[in-house]
Amino acid sequence: MIVGSQKPFDEIWEMVKDFKKVLVFGCNTCVAICHSGGAKEAEELASKIRMKASQEGAGMQVDDLAVQRHCEPEYFEPEMEKVRGYDLVLSTACGVGVNFLSERIGETPVYPGLNTTFFGAVTEPGVFVEMCAGCGDCVLHMTGGICPIARCSKTLMNGPCGGTDEGKCEVSSEIDCAWFLIVERMKKLGTMEKLLEIKPPRNWAPGTHGGPRRMVAEHIKDMEEGEAQ
Amino acid sequence: MKSMKSGSNLEKVIASGNPAVTAELGPPMSASPDEVVEKANILKGCCDAANITDCQTAVVRISSIAAAKIALDQGLEPVMQMTCRDRNRIAIQADLLGAAALGIKNCLCIAGDHQSFSAAGRLKGHAGAKNVYDVDSIQLAGILKKMRDEGLQEGGDPLHESPEFFIGSAWTPGGDPMDFRPYRLKKKVDAGSDFIQTQGIYDIEMFKRQMAKAVELGVPERTAILGGIIVPRSAMMLKYMDKSVAGVSVPKELIERMLKAKDAAGDDKKKMRELQEEEGKKIAVELIKQVLDIPGVKGVHIQAIEWESAMEGIVKDAGLYPRPQL
Repeated sequence: MIVGSQKPFDEIWEMVKDFKKVLVFGCNTCVAICHSGGAKEAEELASKIRMKASQEGAGMQVDDLAVQRHCEPEYFEPEMEKVRGYDLVLSTACGVGVNFLSERIGETPVYPGLNTTFFGAVTEPGVFVEMCAGCGDCVLHMTGGICPIARCSKTLMNGPCGGTDEGKCEVSSEIDCAWFLIVERMKKLGTMEKLLEIKPPRNWAPGTHGGPRRMVAEHIKDMEEGEAQ
Repeated sequence: MKSMKSGSNLEKVIASGNPAVTAELGPPMSASPDEVVEKANILKGCCDAANITDCQTAVVRISSIAAAKIALDQGLEPVMQMTCRDRNRIAIQADLLGAAALGIKNCLCIAGDHQSFSAAGRLKGHAGAKNVYDVDSIQLAGILKKMRDEGLQEGGDPLHESPEFFIGSAWTPGGDPMDFRPYRLKKKVDAGSDFIQTQGIYDIEMFKRQMAKAVELGVPERTAILGGIIVPRSAMMLKYMDKSVAGVSVPKELIERMLKAKDAAGDDKKKMRELQEEEGKKIAVELIKQVLDIPGVKGVHIQAIEWESAMEGIVKDAGLYPRPQL
């Protein structure tokens, strides 16, 4: 899932304080699962802003709303008229949602209530760990299913640096060394020999280094166009 | 003598069969060349070449390329360190061409301390910096080899003149996962490393085991392995390295020896320092001799960190002085 965490409230207040009619707009997919931007969190945040506004003597109307997904128009289009009626939409969707809504909403500003952080999984209740970097050129078949791009602090491709200490990364003892995990996993799988080949410099272009990315699913596009005719 | 890859002094000493000695010179956080000049003049004569670190501990200092040129002008042959942290492959190759044009002949390829390191938290550093790591250290060694031996840039474009570097890499034999480390060493050599400098060795038995594995893999006949010696200065430093420096473990006996030296001074702080420094130099000399006795080892990389003045005595006591003039 896409993991995000709510921005510090002081930062949010600085963003919203000069608006009169604010909608906190939640997304019930990824960011709801990580307890930061779903319907429940949008409601709580709206209530917090109302309280602050009242303390500060700022006349402000703050409402909340959530839809299933902010990244496909079919989910939020039906609510668009409602959404357009505000001075500010404070989105608690991920950054994709903020961008997508900004392009479709017209004159109303859309601000981020979250810091979108990474693609991750729930390793234990309440703990989310980055597992994929969306690099556009997957190498997991060569690394025992453990990603050196997302999970090695130096995105190394040929094994662990000298900073590995008892299986942890030199950046923090909270971070597992990806290459330690990869080596141990490859040993278990009996595929260590794959790690002895030198991986050449990567082509980073399919990642964010080739400019903003776009993917066209030709079969879907063709099918839709066929139906339209 | 077979033809040289770079013609560097370090390469010549290694080719001559003499045990090689490299040292380390850390450039300062300063725009003045004075400290580099001073350190270069202390180290000159005590080693065959000295590593010029590249913003070591992830703190801004005189660039390794500029400091290497300053050292070279003083008559100290530099091993320019090049990290993958701060430059992409375009900047790396441009700097390599520039370094070669300035007469620098040795280059050590390393990943580099992560930008969050900030001198192990002792300085502010630039923990919020964006890192690069476009290539890793093994890929970097391969890039140097391709430039030198094929006259090609990584992307494939030709070079009018190839930079002739003696290519080095670092090795942490005691790092986790330890059974993979000899294979990683082999990869570094497969990529083109002509010489290897190891992380500081205190645990001789561990190093012997890792070297035996390296011998099994046929590595030492294809590269020159220089065992790393970090000259200990105090019991506190040894304890710190044992506990906090990845890939370094210090046997208890060594820590106890230093503590004994410290205790012999009673309450006299100055004497405490002097006695520990004396003991530290002795330990360094012993380690050098033990490391040089291990099959496959071709020299030592001695780091007297911020203590360059200790080098001459250590090299002399280890029987490695004067350095060969080739």
